[in-house]
Amino acid sequence: MEIMPGIARWIHLLSGVTWIGLLYYFNLVQMAALKDAGADGTAAGITKHVAPRALLWFRWSAVVTWLAGAWLLGSAFTDAFLLRNGYEGIGIGAWLGTIMLFNVWVLIWPNQQKILGMVPADDAAKAKARRVAMLASRTNMMLSIPMLFFMANGLSHRAVLGL
Amino acid sequence: MKNPLESVAGTIISGLILTIVLVFFLKNFLVAGV
Repeated sequence: MEIMPGIARWIHLLSGVTWIGLLYYFNLVQMAALKDAGADGTAAGITKHVAPRALLWFRWSAVVTWLAGAWLLGSAFTDAFLLRNGYEGIGIGAWLGTIMLFNVWVLIWPNQQKILGMVPADDAAKAKARRVAMLASRTNMMLSIPMLFFMANGLSHRAVLGL
Repeated sequence: MKNPLESVAGTIISGLILTIVLVFFLKNFLVAGV
C-alpha cells in the first residue's frame, strides 16, 4: 500500500524527535542542572521525579525510531546497511542511528539505573557509572549531528552528495 | 589533551568535524565513479 511508507516516515519522525529531543535535554539542560542542584541539595527533585520519566520515553522512543526506520527502508534495508545502490547516504545515517540505539540500551540505561538507585551500587560503582553514562550520552549527541545530516537530506542527497 | 566530549561546545565541534569526514568518505570512497 502506498500509504504505508508515509505512515512509517511519520512514526519515524515523531519518535525520532522524542528521542533526540530528550538526548539534547540531557546534554544541554539536565547535566548542568544536576551539578547546580547537587550544590544546593535539590538534586533529588530531578533524580527522583524527572530523570526516570525522561529515560523511559528516551529509551523506548529510540526503539520505535529504529523500527520505524527499518520499516521505512523496507526492501532497501540491506542496500542501506551495505552502503550500496544509491543508499550510501541514508545508510551512513542508519548506521549512526544504530550505534546510538546500542549506546542507549547497553551503556546509558544500565548505568543510569545505578546512578538513580534503581539497581544496587556502591559509591565507587556509581561514580564509574556516572562517567560512562555521561560519555555515552555525549557520544550520542556528537553522532546525532552527522546522523541528522545524512537522514534529513532526503532528496538533496543527489545534489549534495552526488548520489 | 582534554576529551572534547567533556564540554557541550567540544561535542558540537566534534560532530561537525565528523560530518565533514563522513561526507568526504562517502563522496570519495563510496560513490566515486558512480
